[in-house]
Amino acid sequence: MKKLINDPGTVVDDALAGMAAAHPDRVRVIEPNVVVRKDAPRQGKVGVISGGGSGHEPMHGGFVGMGMLDAACPGAVFTSPVPDQMLAATKAVDGGKGVLHIVKNYTGDIMNFELAAELAQAEGIEVTSVVIADDVAVQDSLYTAGRRGVGGTVLAEKIVGAAAEEGQDLASVTALCERVQANVRSMGMALTSCTVPAAGKPTFEIGDDEMEIGIGIHGEPGRERKKLATADEITEMLMTPILDDMPFKSGDKVLAFVNGMGGTPLIELYVVYNKVAAMCRDRGVSIERNLVGNYITSLEMAGCSITLLKLDDEMTRLWDAPVNTPALRWGV
Amino acid sequence: MSEIGSDDLVRFLELYAQRIAERKVELTDLDSQIGDADHGINMDRGFTAVLAKLPDLRESDLGTIAKTVGMTLISTVGGASGPLYGTFFLRLATALGERRSVTLPEFVAAVRAGLEGVKQRGKAELDDKTMVDAMTPAVEALEAAAAGSDLRTALEAAAEAAAVGRDRITPLVARKGRASYLGERSANHQDPGATSTTILFEALRDAMAPAG
Repeated sequence: MKKLINDPGTVVDDALAGMAAAHPDRVRVIEPNVVVRKDAPRQGKVGVISGGGSGHEPMHGGFVGMGMLDAACPGAVFTSPVPDQMLAATKAVDGGKGVLHIVKNYTGDIMNFELAAELAQAEGIEVTSVVIADDVAVQDSLYTAGRRGVGGTVLAEKIVGAAAEEGQDLASVTALCERVQANVRSMGMALTSCTVPAAGKPTFEIGDDEMEIGIGIHGEPGRERKKLATADEITEMLMTPILDDMPFKSGDKVLAFVNGMGGTPLIELYVVYNKVAAMCRDRGVSIERNLVGNYITSLEMAGCSITLLKLDDEMTRLWDAPVNTPALRWGV
Repeated sequence: MSEIGSDDLVRFLELYAQRIAERKVELTDLDSQIGDADHGINMDRGFTAVLAKLPDLRESDLGTIAKTVGMTLISTVGGASGPLYGTFFLRLATALGERRSVTLPEFVAAVRAGLEGVKQRGKAELDDKTMVDAMTPAVEALEAAAAGSDLRTALEAAAEAAAVGRDRITPLVARKGRASYLGERSANHQDPGATSTTILFEALRDAMAPAG
């Protein structure tokens, strides 16, 4: 294992200390490992928090700041955070109007957020939760834990954060988050594995001429191991299930998000985006907004994910609203 | 009829923590095949924290010990294992209460309450390929043996039943947790959660009723 770390046991703590040192104008880090917006709590504003395992940077800590999250709870690498963190985050951002928990659909995240929500409610804070489950690679049936929460989470956090910033109440912020969740679909793939620092070796083995289609964001194997193909062919393998699942139809307006898994250079993400744009054009789907870059990663895994969100006017307006976080910043 | 006291519970926790530490890599390896490669690491982090608290608990009642373990696991493990094992020990605590020693049937009833808590928190049933598949037969074996057997016989039966349960589900397709994302590819892999649960019942046997 070759990594820029001091000690596998202190990676998360060291990185959080670095974030606090790098962005004191936007965030602060409080015990027990919670990234909080610098000026939280803001009285009269709905709080929006999220969290999940570390290793997906900039998600979620990089999205804390004006116009997006009020707090983020990073767990150990690829491990959901503990209820103490979400409880501390909820209390730290509560401005008297309630707090929304945005939760990615993983068994551990669900259980730990549930426990935290119960504890916060027992302390008199109104909490709602929305579970993001946008990964079309996973069969959504009684026989699985349901679709994973992946790229759609970034878009939900931006749009919902903007709604809270402009003063919408907890009920409408929650309903908006559910609307984003209902209209977003994603799928990802990997060219290489990744190494959890504490594990010290790659999570899975993959040949030089192989790829994993339908991968999640934890190096957990996907649904299909295939021979490597061209970027255009891979993009089709990801886009077709996304387009068909919703389905996205001619005349639909979308936000197209091409995300890197951490080990793929931007030049390759643009190669993918080019094909995404062509496929949307062919279907008569209009890309109104886009995002290209590494926003929800899986350590140093090479690969990408594609996310399409069907936009309505409110979502588009809120996407464009000012945001000032370590990882997303515009309009300020 | 032998009683189970606070010192027995502490001895079990020490042994379980030790075995989790010894088998951390094995548990993580199992998890990397069908999960996210952190089960051993997370359990070890939690039980290392538990171990640090045990010296102060030796004089406590059974419920206080179990509650401290549950809260510590929930606060330190994360993932699904934290809430699940945490809930197991919290339910155990409620059932054991302020007593400093209980009979075997009373202890078995507490373990049953723990199992019900795990099922409720994880919404898992038999054959979903989870820790429930090891814990359920272990508890049933304890219940069957509790009335007429001595402690050693009952705990031996439980450990054996847990191992049988763990191996029985290896061929199955997972329906809960991260392994379920794999669909058919989760078949023929040993479940990490069922494995750590089997280690728990083996530690219970070896700590509370050592052979010979």
